[in-house]
Order: sequence, then structure tokens, then C-alpha cells
Amino acid sequence: MSETKGFVFEEIKDYTGAKLGMWLFILSEILLFGGMFILYSAYRYKTPADFHHASKELDVILGTLNTIILLTSSLSVAACISAIQKGQRKLSMYLLMVTMALGLLFLVNKGFEWGTKIEHGIYPNSPALLVRTRGEILFFGLYYVMTGLHGLHVLVGVCVLFVMLIFIVKEKINRMHFTPLENSGLYWHLVDIIWIFLYPLFYLIT
Amino acid sequence: MTSTGATERVRPRISFYEDRRGILSWILTLDHKRIGLLYLIFVIAFFFTGVILGFFMRLEMLAPGGTIMAPQTYNALFTLHGIIMIFLVVIPAIVTVFGNFFLPIQIGARDVAFPRINLLSWWLFVVGAGIVALSVFTGEGPPDTGWTFYAPYSLRTTVNVPMAVFGVFILGMSSILTGVNLVTTTHRLRAPGLTWKRLPLFVWAIYATSWVQILATPVIGITMVLIFLERFFGVGVFDPTKGGDPILYQHMFWIYSHPATYIMILPAMGIISDVVPVFARKKIFGYTAIALSGMAIAAVGSLVWGHHMFVSGQSDFADLLFSLLTFLVAVPSAIKVFNWVATLHKGSVVIEPPLLFCLAFIFLFSIGGLTGLIQGALAPNVHLHDTYWIPGHFHYIIFGGMGFGLFAAFHYWFPKMFGRMYNRKMAIRAWAIMLVGFNIFYFSMLLLGWEGMPRRYYDYLPQFRSLHLTATFGSWILIAGLMLMFGNLFHGLFKGEKAEDNPWNGVTLEWQIPSPPPTENFEQIPVIQHGPYDFKELEKK
Repeated sequence: MSETKGFVFEEIKDYTGAKLGMWLFILSEILLFGGMFILYSAYRYKTPADFHHASKELDVILGTLNTIILLTSSLSVAACISAIQKGQRKLSMYLLMVTMALGLLFLVNKGFEWGTKIEHGIYPNSPALLVRTRGEILFFGLYYVMTGLHGLHVLVGVCVLFVMLIFIVKEKINRMHFTPLENSGLYWHLVDIIWIFLYPLFYLIT
Repeated sequence: MTSTGATERVRPRISFYEDRRGILSWILTLDHKRIGLLYLIFVIAFFFTGVILGFFMRLEMLAPGGTIMAPQTYNALFTLHGIIMIFLVVIPAIVTVFGNFFLPIQIGARDVAFPRINLLSWWLFVVGAGIVALSVFTGEGPPDTGWTFYAPYSLRTTVNVPMAVFGVFILGMSSILTGVNLVTTTHRLRAPGLTWKRLPLFVWAIYATSWVQILATPVIGITMVLIFLERFFGVGVFDPTKGGDPILYQHMFWIYSHPATYIMILPAMGIISDVVPVFARKKIFGYTAIALSGMAIAAVGSLVWGHHMFVSGQSDFADLLFSLLTFLVAVPSAIKVFNWVATLHKGSVVIEPPLLFCLAFIFLFSIGGLTGLIQGALAPNVHLHDTYWIPGHFHYIIFGGMGFGLFAAFHYWFPKMFGRMYNRKMAIRAWAIMLVGFNIFYFSMLLLGWEGMPRRYYDYLPQFRSLHLTATFGSWILIAGLMLMFGNLFHGLFKGEKAEDNPWNGVTLEWQIPSPPPTENFEQIPVIQHGPYDFKELEKK
């Protein structure tokens, strides 16, 4: 805050505080997805056979590919932060762009995956889905909600990283002042970690 | 700033009201005190909306059968009364108004850790509240599900549920960000020397509450999103015709909404802990026990949600476990009550309005707590579930506890916030009228429930007539007291005499700065050398 009559605020930059706030926010994000994981566990426990059959229909190759993409993007965002800490501005910008590209690639893949399923008539409330067993309806319902919510987080993450890119260009983020970039990196890792749980739950455990 | 001689120094410092002017300087402010007042305006407006809705509900119940409205209108009224009072008044009131205004001052800081996010929280609150308000006037009519939005009815009813739950989701985001802000503020911005054991208990209470806000609110967020998705895409996770389980909805809802009752009551307990020692002129009894019992309530209170579902068909084992935990959570609450009473014991008690509201809190909260134990036991719960006993009980807790705690805060901090004093005699009269009206009203509800009157019913059997009449009569007395109290405060706001900086002789930091405070709160960040209730320090001055 700038001048007020008869008083001047000194701008305090509390990096530790900013990071603490980010961790608290991440905690609340984990509980948001935690609610979904509870639903998944309860319904899987109730109808294990249906979940088994439904899960077989998902494309493991596409899911694995997306896992590799997101893991690589986590690596590139971490490298980007290291680069800015060492003052390698150009390199950090490239790495950030790589991260964003990988995030978008993930979404494109996800879009193809959803598209194929929808083409086969499998989407919430579709006639083809409603004739199936209860557990399979629930499995695909949860699949769309959980991966959809995760996809939304990826999209938000890409937007946040884009803002960070602008900050680096404008030198608002530099060697001395990089906490916003670090916090964005934390957010990106969160998105990655949630996917690491979604991937086995939907694609691998059959 | 350069200091220039004595004339400069005697000039009173500019208060945060006079610092900048214009509507933009308010709605775009980063000052925690102004943001607190912005919340206050909304909270009071919504409180009166809720009171008016409640007034008409009681009027409808004056006589059996239809009295002044159609059944569907009654359904909408109790739903809106619940949504508005819970999500727009009781949950935000103390944390956002007094937490924002006084927590930074009490820890010797100039502002919260993230002032911009604080402003964002307020804007989200306004948008969320606006969406909830819009749901009343658009679509096929206001929600009629009760504030709990239970599935499958909330998925089937044609009225405007999706918009209301979307509003609640936005309000949840506001609540989470406020929690993040206040926890970080408490960790990072305490003045030098202000150790955790020297924190005012109000700060401890807001700190515990903020944790619950961060950890519990996301769960209702996702639950509301699911209701929304169910309505528009028919996903099926709570819809029994598609394999979903409505009981699971109840679990998800109460995983947040029971801890939310502690979001409501913990800050009020913090206020009582701060006010009682000031008017007993005595150090608080059992400081550590009160501080830690707040954290214990926050922790154990997050694990008792299933006691709302004893008759839902959940397993017997779950019933037993949740009942046991419910009894356990009563222990830290009782510890607090005993500590407040012990603080008064052998103190030099000064009877002033803030203390009287605290005493009312202790009395009403005790009734609320004890009735809570009765319904928390399994056998009586079968009898009392979904009767008037339940709203009777939670009004004793929420209105008698949180509400009177809020009123105590109004009367305690009013001179500090506005630099003026209200009429104290009138405040005491209003207090007495409200206390009488409150008990006539809500004790009748307890009795009605005990005799089997179901809650949320539009009509009733003739044998309940006299108690319903008494309750409605009590509601009129209560509202009269409320009007007198708020009238007195509004009068004090504009016409009250100028208040001193420390009218109650408090020791916490907010009383050591001018009334109303200057924008920067402290000219220099203070160094803390003693605890928050060390009245000997004051005598030395």
C-alpha cells in the first residue's frame, strides 16, 4: 500500500508467509479432491465387479502417455525455477513454455479420450450408459467428474504459468524475487500429484 | 515522515475513516479494518433479512392450518432462513468482521498477511451472496429443500436449487481464502515478544476456526458442485435410480456442515474469553486449557458428523462411534465454560453491557450444550430426530451462543471501532428483553419437540397449539429486544458521546491505540512483554 496522509507504509515482502499461504491453499485443494476420492472408494467397495469391467474399457496407453507428459512437465517447471534462481532468464522462459505446452498437450489427449468415449455413447445420462449396471454408471460418472475437475485445474495451471511468463518477461520475477513462480510451481506439482492418484484408480486397477 | 516540533506531535492522528474518501476507497480498500466493516454492513443486512423470514415463519405457526401463507411459501421461507442465516450471517460474521478488524491489531500487525486476497474474499462473498439472492427471484421459484439440500429431493425438485448451491460454492471459496489469510497472519505477523502463550484468546479462537475453514469447506464445495452437475448432466453419484447413494450425500454434507457449527461457535468463545477477564478485572483462569480446548474442539469436532444421521440407516457401529465422539467433544466445551465461571469467581466484577451478553452466552450455551448431549445419545435421538427439539437445540447454540457472543463483541468493541459510545442503560434493557424473549421462544420449541412436533411442518395437531402460541409470542419479544439493541447502537454510531481510547481498561493491544484506529494501526510495532490479561501492567501506568 502506498502513501497515506502523514504516514508511509514500508512494503514488506514475506516470502515464507507467501509460501505458507500457498501450502494451506494446496491443503484445501487436496480436501476438495479428497471428497471425490471418498465417493470413489465407497462405490468401488460396493460394486467391485462393475468397476472392474468398466475400468477395462479405458485406454491404458493414452492414460500412460498422459502420465508421462505430466511428470515431464513437473520436471520442466522445477528446472525453470532453478534456472531463474541461477539468473538464467532465457532458459527459464523456455522451460516455462515447455511446461505450458505439455499441459496443453495433456488436455488435447484428454479431449481425444473423452471424445472417443462420447462417440461410443458413453457420457453422463446417455441412453447407452443408463442400460448398464449401477456400478458402471457410477464409474463413468466419477470418471468424467474427477478427470474433468482435474482437467480444469490443468487449464487454470497453464493460465497461471502464462501470467508467470509475462512476469519474467517484464522482469517482475527475477533472480532475487521468484516466490510467485515457486508457488505456481507448487500448484503445478499438486495438479501432477492428483493425476498420479487418478491414473491408477481409473486405468490400472481393474 | 519528518517530525517537526511539538505542534505536529499533539495533532491527533487521522483515523482510518478519514484517511481516504469516496466509495472506491472503500470497495477497493486493502485495509483490514475497512474490509471488516464492509462485511459488517452485509452481515447486518442479511441478519435482518433472516429475522424477517423467521418472523413470518413464526406468524404462520401461530394457529393450526394455513394462517398467512401457502405451504410452498413456508417451505421456501425455512429454506431461505437457513441458507441466509447459516452461510451469510453465522459462518462469516465474527471471523470476517471482528477477525479481520481485530486479529491484526491484537497481534501487533499493520494488516493481514495477504491484503489483496482479503479484498478478493470480500468480493467473492458479495458475488456468492448475490447469486444466492438471485436464486430467490429467478427460475421456477426459491429453493424449498431446507438449507441441507438433501438428495434425492434436491435433484428432483424443479425450483432453483442449482443457482443456490452455486452461490454456496462461491461463498465457500471466500471462506477458504479468509482462513488461509488469517492462519498465515497469525503465524507470520505477530509482534516481537508475542509468543503463542501470550496471544489473546480471541486470536487463538480465530486461528482454530481458520483451520476448520481451510480443511472442511472444500468438502462442501465439491458436494455443491456435484449437486450442480447432477442437475445439469445427470451424473448419478447421489441419484438412487442411477446407482448413487443419497446417504453418501448426507455424509459429504455433514463432513463440512458439522465442523461448520464450530466455525460458528469457536470465534464467539474467543470473544467471551477476551471480555470476561476485562470485566472481572482478573487474569483469565486456565489460559492454556482454553487455548488448547479450542484446538481440541476443532479437531474432534471434525469427526462427529455422523450424529446427524443416526436414523438414516448407517451402520450400528458408525452410530456408536459417532455418539461416543459427540460426547467427547463436549469435554473441551465444558472446560471453557468452567474456566469462564472460575475467572469471574472472586474477581472485581464490573457490570457492563459486554459482560452481561457474555453471561447470557454462558447460560444459553450451557442449555444448548446439554440438550446437544441428550440428542447425541442414541436412544433419545430416535425420539427427538427431526422434531422441534433439534431447531430448539441449535438455536440455543447458534443464536444463544454465537449470536449473543456477536452482540457481546458489538458492545465491547463498538467504542474502538467507531470512536463513540452507545447508551449503556438502553443496552442493558435490550439485553434483558432479548434474554426473556429468547427463552420463551426457544424453550417452547424444545418442549414442542419433546412432545413430538415434527420440524419443517406447515401444519400441526391441536395439542401443540398453546406451545406454538407461546413460541410466537416469545419471537415478538425477542424481535423487540433486537430492534432496541440495534436502534441503540445506530443511535450511538451517529449521536453517541466520544469514547476514550480504553473505556473498559483492557490490556490487549487494540486498547493501547486511538479510537478509531489510524490506518497503520501502530506508529511503531509494539514489543510485547506480558500476557494479554495482565491487569497489573495497567495499574502501573
